[in-house]
Amino acid sequence: MGADKNDTNPLINQSTVYQILESVTDPEIPVISIRDLGIVRDVMVEDDFVEVVITPTYSGCPAMLEIEKNIHNSLKKSGIDQFKITTVLSPAWTTDWMTEKGMQKLKAYGIAPPNPTNPEDIECPQCGSHNTELLSEFGSTACKSLFRCKDCLEPFDYFKCH
Amino acid sequence: MTNISLDQIGQSRMWYQYAAEIQGEGKSEDEIVAFRDAWDFRNVLLVEQPNGDFAQTIFRQFLYDTYSVHFYEMLMNSNDEQLAAIAAKSHKEALYHVKWSGDWVIRLGDGTEESHQRMQQAIDELWSYAGELTKPNQTEVKALEAGYGVDLEVLKEKRDAQIKEVLTEATLEIPESTYAHEGGKDGTHTEHLGYILADLQFLQRAYPGQEW
Repeated sequence: MGADKNDTNPLINQSTVYQILESVTDPEIPVISIRDLGIVRDVMVEDDFVEVVITPTYSGCPAMLEIEKNIHNSLKKSGIDQFKITTVLSPAWTTDWMTEKGMQKLKAYGIAPPNPTNPEDIECPQCGSHNTELLSEFGSTACKSLFRCKDCLEPFDYFKCH
Repeated sequence: MTNISLDQIGQSRMWYQYAAEIQGEGKSEDEIVAFRDAWDFRNVLLVEQPNGDFAQTIFRQFLYDTYSVHFYEMLMNSNDEQLAAIAAKSHKEALYHVKWSGDWVIRLGDGTEESHQRMQQAIDELWSYAGELTKPNQTEVKALEAGYGVDLEVLKEKRDAQIKEVLTEATLEIPESTYAHEGGKDGTHTEHLGYILADLQFLQRAYPGQEW
C-alpha cells in the first residue's frame, strides 16, 4: 500500500509508538521491556514514517538481533509499514537508564537490580537480606554476575552496574 | 570466559563493520574476516598463542586486558567520532575483563605452591609477547599524528604500572628480559594463526556466503 501524503494515519504519533515498544521485551529477561531497559533512545515520527533509535547493551549481546526483529514485527503488527530502526553506539548504554519500574520488575523476577550507590551492597531478591557475597564476576549472561545470599542460602543473579 | 569472548566478538564486529565502511568496496564484515589469509591479519602475536594450561590462558588474557582497557580509555579522545564511540562502548566491558583476569592472576599466584609455580611459568613464557602491544608501527605512528590514534608510550606507562601492581599482590616476579617478539602488526605471524584461521574460516571457505 503506497503512502498518500493526504492520507496520513492520525493514530501514529510518538506516544503510540512508545506504547507499541512497551510490548517488546528482552528475550533473556522477558519481564522487562526494552523501554524499561533503556535500550530505546529515541522515537521520531514524520508523516507516516517512524524511526526508532536503539543502542546495544553489551556489544556482543546476542539478544540485540532478536530485539531488533521483535521491534520490526510489533511495528508491522500495529499497522506501521514505513519505518527504520537505527542503532547508535554513543553515548554508550548504561544501567542508569533503566527505569524504576524496570528495576522493580527485575527484583520481582528474582534478579537483583543494579545498585549504583554501593556496588558492594547487593540485596538478595529472595529474602531482602544484605548479607550476600559474589560467587562469580560473570553470570548466565554478560550483563549479570552470580551472587549468593548468606542468610537464605539461595544463589541469585545480579544485574551489574554498567 | 565465554562472556568475555562474547564481548570481544561484539567489539570485533564493530571494528570490522567500520573497516568495511571506510574501505568502501561493498564488502561485508564477514568477508573481511573469512577471506583474508594470515599475512593480511594485523593482530599482535600474543593473541594467537595457544591456550596452554589455565595459567597461560589467564596470563594471555591479562596481558591483553591490561592493554585494551587503557587503549580504549585513550581512544575515547580520538578525533574520529566512530572510533571514539566504539572505544567508549568497549571500555566499559574491558574494565570487567581486566578485573576478572587480574583477580585470577592474584588467586593463582598467591595460591598453592603449584598454582604459584604455574603462574610464574606462564608469565616467563608469555612475557616476550607483551612488548609488541605497546611498540607503535608505522600505521600507529601515523594515526597518532593525525589525531585519531593513541600514544602507545603513555599507554605503556599506565599498563606497566597496572601489571606491576597486580603481580606484586600476586607474589609473582616480572621477568627482567625486555626482549619482544614482533611482526604481527605488519602481517608476520607465528605458525599458530594459520590453525586458528583454518578453524574459523572453514565454513565460509567451503560454502562462500553461507548464512544461518
